[in-house]
Amino acid sequence: MDYLLTEQQAMIRDLARKIADEKIKPVAAHYDETEEFAWPIMKILADSDLFGVYLPEQYGGLGGGILDMCLVTEELSRACGGIALGYAGTGLGTLPILLYGSEEQKQRFLPAIAGGKKLAAFCITEAEAGSDAGSIKTTARKEGGKYILNGTKQWITNAGEAEIYTVIASTDKSKGVRGASAFIIEKGTKGLTFGKKEKKMGIRASATREVILTDCEVPAENLISREGMGYIIAMKTFDSSRPGVAAQAVGIAQGALDHAVEYSRTRIQFGQPISSFQAIQHMLADMGTQVEAARALVYATARMVDSGARSVAKESAMAKLFASDVAMKVTTDAVQIFGGYGYMREYPVEKYMRDAKITQIYEGTSQIQRNIIAANMIKESIKK
Amino acid sequence: MNIIVCIKQVPNTTDVKIDPVTNTLIREGVESVINPFDAYAIEEAVRLKERCGGKVTVLTMGPPQAENALREALALGCDEAVLVSDRKFAGSDTWATSYTLAAAIRKIGDFDVILCGKQASDGDTAQVGPGISAHLDIPQVTYVKKIEEISGTVAKVERMTEEGYDVVETPLPCLFTVVKEINTPRLPSLKGMMRAKSAKPLKWTAEDIEADPAALGLDGSPTRVIKIFTPEQRKGGEMLKGDTADISKELVELLKDLVI
Repeated sequence: MDYLLTEQQAMIRDLARKIADEKIKPVAAHYDETEEFAWPIMKILADSDLFGVYLPEQYGGLGGGILDMCLVTEELSRACGGIALGYAGTGLGTLPILLYGSEEQKQRFLPAIAGGKKLAAFCITEAEAGSDAGSIKTTARKEGGKYILNGTKQWITNAGEAEIYTVIASTDKSKGVRGASAFIIEKGTKGLTFGKKEKKMGIRASATREVILTDCEVPAENLISREGMGYIIAMKTFDSSRPGVAAQAVGIAQGALDHAVEYSRTRIQFGQPISSFQAIQHMLADMGTQVEAARALVYATARMVDSGARSVAKESAMAKLFASDVAMKVTTDAVQIFGGYGYMREYPVEKYMRDAKITQIYEGTSQIQRNIIAANMIKESIKK
Repeated sequence: MNIIVCIKQVPNTTDVKIDPVTNTLIREGVESVINPFDAYAIEEAVRLKERCGGKVTVLTMGPPQAENALREALALGCDEAVLVSDRKFAGSDTWATSYTLAAAIRKIGDFDVILCGKQASDGDTAQVGPGISAHLDIPQVTYVKKIEEISGTVAKVERMTEEGYDVVETPLPCLFTVVKEINTPRLPSLKGMMRAKSAKPLKWTAEDIEADPAALGLDGSPTRVIKIFTPEQRKGGEMLKGDTADISKELVELLKDLVI
């Protein structure tokens, strides 16, 4: 389908696809198996300027928007959803600075991110604050010109690998979510350490660790916006980042679908390729239609974000909900088409199925997305 | 350091077909790409620039659409691009081509290093690089797999041979042809691609490079192609069976029959 991309966007997509095909595909199984962080691929993405596609030109970016980031994430995810997350997770960690950072903070942090010299990570989740993000226990206490942070963030993407961490911590417990604030913490800051690397079902090339803050001293100028804005910053960040997760889901689904179509043409059973059986054809048709519908929703949502629309919470949630469900369904069906081979780790499709699952969970579970969608629908109805 | 890298646009060999009637390459409708060996030369040129500073000029001779190959090279980090293009160049063999490129290089002027791929994937002659150095009367080192040391006046390089490699020291300016072992070419960057999109490669004609008209194109090419054909496929050999004494005799008779 023609999505009427600009010339620059088509160029971005094509380059990301080339990197995915030539550089990521050959190593995807290796990184999945070893759970190593794919630094050589991050270097290639950096040299290709892909880390800066959504950042303004004055900070070393290419001046595009969320759609540009989605195009890259989707293409990389076609080859490996885990490696793509090193890229997409940096986007998530960067958005609070891009959306709410001061001019000084943007000048300080964005150029290194745009150039791919530094990765970023976003830290909100805690052991007892997942979907209930408002109940975070990490605290930030102001002392003179600095804040002292204490607490443990859990399941943080890019933790240990990234140089820049945007952290949500409570500056005033009595105010609940209105007492949360957002901080930028650089790797190397005293009191910032990392837990062991988590062993995961999928996206195993992605680094997931605890971020442990022990009397971590953060200069006051690293507070994003002002005290009490943390929860709003986090929610607005998710509104802009969810199309990215959805794009990752679309990429994973497309990657699995490509394998399934190709395999069905070459797998001979009952004396003919299984692609000649209507049972397989109808599965492929449904998969293809679902992926295209998800892509259309993701691109439309990303464009809405880029247009500067006031509220995109509902649409972003819809895009993530739909695309992640499609990814799970399509990758499961891809394994089915491969049959017994699909279940074997020697073949590529079971990995897509493992990678797909996380897209229904992180950055808000599918259930939380439904809450957001319904809440916004009801709110819109009341306003009418 | 001023570096010149010579490239050629060739048909993408993975989908080249031979016309069964004329036995020539079918070029129509075939995607054109930078000669794969030249990609290593471009990469090495850009790495030399990153190592020593200076400027990389990419040069090609070809039809107007060869400009696409130059833009690709600019996206990969070359700074300036020159296309020498003229109807008068049509039919050039390796002698006339290297003469023409040498004339263009004289017009570019100051240079320390010229880099070429070891050969082109369509002609496979490996003659144009050495030809350029001969026309310019500068030293050449072919099949370079590593530039060990390089300064303003001298370079030490490793030259691949069938048994291993030679270490060669040469004064500069010098022409190197490179093999694929020398590096892994990078992918283009988006900023490079955008810069390349708006760049305007210099376009020079035969007149611009002050070339001798008699030395150009088909007239300037001593090579005459008599016939191009696809070699007949070799049939399988014949195995002689029996004890050694018998088959020796049989073999002698067979060889006699073949009048060898």
